[in-house]
Amino acid sequence: MFHSKTVEIGVGLFVALGLAALFMLAMKVSNLSAFSGGDGYQVTARFQNIGGLKERAPVTMSGVRVGRVKSIDFDDQSYQALVTLDIDSRWTRIPTDSTASIFTAGLLGEQYIALEAGGEEQFLAEGGELKLTQSALVLEQLVGQFLFSKAAEGPKAPEGSKGGEAAAPAR
Amino acid sequence: MIEVLRRLGRTGLQFFERLGRGHLFLGYVLLGVPEVLSRFRLLVAQVWSVGVLSLVIVLVSGVFVGMVLGLQGYNTLVDFNAEESLGVVVALSLVRELGPVVAALLFAGRAGSALTAEIGLMKATEQLAGMEMMAVDPLRRVVAPRFLAGLLSMPLLAAIFSAVGVLGGWFVGVGLLGVDDGAFWSQMQAKVDLHDDILNGVIKSVVFGIVVTWIAVFEGYDAVPTSEGVGRATTRTVVHSSLAVLGLDFVLTALMFNDI
Repeated sequence: MFHSKTVEIGVGLFVALGLAALFMLAMKVSNLSAFSGGDGYQVTARFQNIGGLKERAPVTMSGVRVGRVKSIDFDDQSYQALVTLDIDSRWTRIPTDSTASIFTAGLLGEQYIALEAGGEEQFLAEGGELKLTQSALVLEQLVGQFLFSKAAEGPKAPEGSKGGEAAAPAR
Repeated sequence: MIEVLRRLGRTGLQFFERLGRGHLFLGYVLLGVPEVLSRFRLLVAQVWSVGVLSLVIVLVSGVFVGMVLGLQGYNTLVDFNAEESLGVVVALSLVRELGPVVAALLFAGRAGSALTAEIGLMKATEQLAGMEMMAVDPLRRVVAPRFLAGLLSMPLLAAIFSAVGVLGGWFVGVGLLGVDDGAFWSQMQAKVDLHDDILNGVIKSVVFGIVVTWIAVFEGYDAVPTSEGVGRATTRTVVHSSLAVLGLDFVLTALMFNDI
């Protein structure tokens, strides 16, 4: 058997190492240091379509993370998605007429909310609402719109050229 | 035919008998746990033999598992020009799955088997019976400190495994393969959540610690008191606790991460 002091020191080192590893995982690996919610203020925004937006998605201004999505709910009165944003209390000068848009980070990346500052002199506070919103782009809708506009302009082009031809002799 | 049925019935009854005995045993051990806290030295000595002595194998395997993850992840991600996500891949797979599971498997092999053999030999050499003669409850004096030590050591070992693994992945990814250092850490911090990933990993490792140590001390206490019986009990400890860890991992993962 080892000397009991060695055992005690070894156990103490082991426990300290384990706690240090946990601490490192919490501080260095996870998002605890990046943004800790709770001390911010909450504002709401209504979107027609949130696409694949998830809770805890980042909220950015000029690409800088200023908060995160706290909760996503459905409002069955207006048939819109009601998104609650948790903005860090450091940023208190966001105008009330700012625009909230849902964008996608990269081609396959996660969706996030980008705020674009408006020109209002009043700033958002707890319980405020972002009135100007822009929904997420849904790929199927985009493709559908593209096809629709192609189909719409397809028959027109010959007609237009025909009209040109018809107009030419008249002139 | 009748003989087959009889054997089947006997096996079934034995299984349920062991299952019941195991749970009663766990109950008695848990009753003995508060007493261990008043005899702190017993606990410290057991944390030494269960936790500290498993440290080397956990450290070494953690580094290598992290390095392999870094290498494999890089080879796949580089095809998509997404090698900056290497940190996320390494950290999430370690913190969510590999840290608790591999550490528990190593723990079962390194500490669980030793616990079973130790307690089984105590039983075979009638030390446990001797303690009972002296009105010392072996469950409280021998088993409870070991159980508590395993329960406390396992989360620490899993955390050390994950942390060292992340460093191993960082070494391979950033040091050898040239992934950007800042992107490695910042992407990791952006994607790994304290509650959803790290805390759930810790919960997993606590559960695995309970199960592995429980199986180990029960197999030792329940071993047939011969050298062959102790040997079999040791084998059963490793096999059963590995199976239990892998099976429970699926259940816990399904419970924790089903909505993400």
